[in-house]
Amino acid sequence: MLPPVFGVLFDGIAYGMLLFILSVGLSVTLGLMNFVNLAHCAFAMLGGYVTVFLIQNFHWPFFATLPMAFTVTALVSVAFERVLYRRLYRASDLDQVLLTIGLAFISVAIAAYCFGTTQQPIDVPAYMRGSFNVLGLDIAAYRLFLIGVGAVITLVLVATVEYTRFGAQVRAAVDNQRMASGLGINVERTFAVTFALGSGLAGLGGALAIEIVGLDPSFSFTYLIYVLIVVSVGGLGSIVGSLAAAILIGVSDIAGKYYVPQLGAFLIYLVMLAILMWRPVGLFGRR
Amino acid sequence: MSAPALATHGLSMSFGSLVVARDIDLTLPAGARYALIGPNGAGKTTLINLMTGMLTPNAGRIVLGGEDITGLEPQDRVRRGLARTFQINTLFSGLNALEAVTLAVIERRNLAGRFWQNIAVHREAIEEAYDILARLRLGDCCYQATRELPYGRQRLLEIALALATRPKVLLLDEPAAGVPQEESGDIFEVVASLSDDLTLLFIEHDMHVVFRFATHIIVLVGGAVFTEGSPAQIAADPGVREVYLGKRKHG
Amino acid sequence: MSAASDTISAPVGYLKAQTRWHPIETVFWLATLLPFFFLPSYLQLANQVAITALFALSLDLILGYAGIVSLGHAAFFGTAAYAAGLFSKFVWGEPLTGLVAGTAAAAALGYASSFVVARFRHLTLIMITLGLGLLLQEAGNSAGWLTGGSDGLQGVNIWPLFGHFKFDLYGYTAYGYSLAVLFVVFLGARRLIHSSFGLALRGIRENSVRMPAIGAPSRAHIRKIYTIAAAIAGAAGALIAQTTSTVALDSLSFERSAELLVMLVLGGAGRLYGGLVGAAIFMVARDQFSGIAPQYWYFWIGILLVVVVILLPNGILGGLSKIWARWRPR
Repeated sequence: MLPPVFGVLFDGIAYGMLLFILSVGLSVTLGLMNFVNLAHCAFAMLGGYVTVFLIQNFHWPFFATLPMAFTVTALVSVAFERVLYRRLYRASDLDQVLLTIGLAFISVAIAAYCFGTTQQPIDVPAYMRGSFNVLGLDIAAYRLFLIGVGAVITLVLVATVEYTRFGAQVRAAVDNQRMASGLGINVERTFAVTFALGSGLAGLGGALAIEIVGLDPSFSFTYLIYVLIVVSVGGLGSIVGSLAAAILIGVSDIAGKYYVPQLGAFLIYLVMLAILMWRPVGLFGRR
Repeated sequence: MSAPALATHGLSMSFGSLVVARDIDLTLPAGARYALIGPNGAGKTTLINLMTGMLTPNAGRIVLGGEDITGLEPQDRVRRGLARTFQINTLFSGLNALEAVTLAVIERRNLAGRFWQNIAVHREAIEEAYDILARLRLGDCCYQATRELPYGRQRLLEIALALATRPKVLLLDEPAAGVPQEESGDIFEVVASLSDDLTLLFIEHDMHVVFRFATHIIVLVGGAVFTEGSPAQIAADPGVREVYLGKRKHG
Repeated sequence: MSAASDTISAPVGYLKAQTRWHPIETVFWLATLLPFFFLPSYLQLANQVAITALFALSLDLILGYAGIVSLGHAAFFGTAAYAAGLFSKFVWGEPLTGLVAGTAAAAALGYASSFVVARFRHLTLIMITLGLGLLLQEAGNSAGWLTGGSDGLQGVNIWPLFGHFKFDLYGYTAYGYSLAVLFVVFLGARRLIHSSFGLALRGIRENSVRMPAIGAPSRAHIRKIYTIAAAIAGAAGALIAQTTSTVALDSLSFERSAELLVMLVLGGAGRLYGGLVGAAIFMVARDQFSGIAPQYWYFWIGILLVVVVILLPNGILGGLSKIWARWRPR
């Protein structure tokens, strides 16, 4: 029989994987273009509502909605990038923060208007809802699925970045924008594609999150704080950093709430502050 | 024999496998007019960043007037008399020239902490700032916001800011960079008129300027000192010419 | 001083002229007296506006002048509010000493956190201010035995000001007290901005890289202004505890920090009056639209933010000064 700490670890890693999927897009786009997009979780929320919409109105099976959550969010983000974000690449941190917070506020209102303010239930397939007993631990099937999805996404992302030409362009642009465009890399297009992918992943994360943490219009802000913590602790522009930080934060949060419930969310804020003061660029950040 | 104004011993730095400074030894005697030349990417600006403390070397020492300043923060080096200008204008765009130079003078005089006194109280500091600007022919435009000044004037303001710190050693990073031919003369007149007590090291690409103003030339290639000597020696050195193959003048 | 040195040179005269009191400022401050005579039923709201304006002024000092983006400024406001409330509960209810107590608590917190804040910039700095604010919010939540938790602080007992002016529902004392504190602090802030220290802060904002290159100890400057700003935010927090006799957890919340940022940007940061104008407009608007559901209120705030960033980057005062500059003959 395994002691409960393994259960806590398992749940923490599953939660961490969810945070990773939600955060990795923001980390890479921040590292790439230094653009602070605080509407990132609004995109995640959009993906969640796409899934809810398809299930409730068209009775799509859960898994079929996931690619749609990704794609619709990616396309919407392209529209925003073209129309609004492009103007602010050279703007100050403050302006970017304010504009994107404004968009997040607007998204909350639109979500409330279209879907109401209550949590949205969805039906995942029956086999996903159960759990099985392994060595005395309750392994929830859905959480295992999350870990699997997270692992697959990590592998795909790392492979793309390391082995494809597109990945090389992203790496070059993150490293040194001026030199990359001097080498003929179309930095703006690289960024647009990366931004779309990152936002699409956020949308996928939002859809996956429904079963674990629920979905309501305040999602845009509630999870923004966690995502920002993961991104700043992991280091901007780093996929591995996001993964490490997400798991660290996920485990700390679950462990904190399990072992010392009076502290609540206190623990992850302390972890974040401690890490940032030790390494201001984050665990895997550079410069 | 008095200590040199500025010296580095074995200064080295690398970013991972990229070596940007390789065991650099140089000595600037007081009142020197030295030029630092070399092809693009040789590490000239990096060397200035190392000397002023914006970068931390992996090895080596920097000695200012006999005092080891290797561990000092950039602002402390400035207070001990080491100032620099930037190749790309690094100015206070929203302030006007008078405010900018006054700020530098006030910081030097340790008056910047006085939040209870109106700034006009510091008459001597303000007038000193105006004098510096007037000497650099910026007196007539000193009430205009820096971002509205023509580029050549901004380059002069770069120098004014450095002079306001009353340096003993001044490092000029391509003072006339980007300035059209007609105006670069103004800048070099200013450089030439600087006090003989001031020790100068300037980075420059224009060989005419280098040969006109420098008494000694240091050639930097690939982060290391390639050679150094008098202008005549450097002009005659075939190795230097090879390094500058095809380049006679900055263009 | 001899007669000869009484004539000041042109550059000194120019800088002095920049700091002169404009007639429009007199109009502004006289206008703040209007609610006493013409809008007595709105005195409680006016009190809230004055307090929020003071809070916004404190954020302007670090954001508009030193360029520090803080998402956790409510930490100082809330800490001082609780400190002043607890002071009245356990020490005595005299308001002025309570105000000093609250301000001192916030200043101490500001001084301690200034060491961390001064070391960072950009996203790391934003995250650190956010993290410190959230930490304090959670602490307030968890320390229910001290703060009263979600019920708010109980037992706040404020004596009449100068033994005579009671803090009652009419609001005359409340607004008079808050307005007086706002004005006095404003004069101090104005003096600071127009001092050599104010110039150094603007230097940090305009180009933080150049500052060490002119020998400026930027971190020491930032620590100083951060502490001062925390103290002023603390004064605002103490005022709210004293004038309303309530202290709730929302005084420490992220929402309060974010709203403050919106108000300051709306009015225009770096212009001293921007926070005051922004706070007034925001609070009055919120009072007028208090009937609508919160998410729709946030919808309009969102639209406002997008519009301000794209069309009015220097806020309302910035936009007005641009129009003024175009209309004036030069």
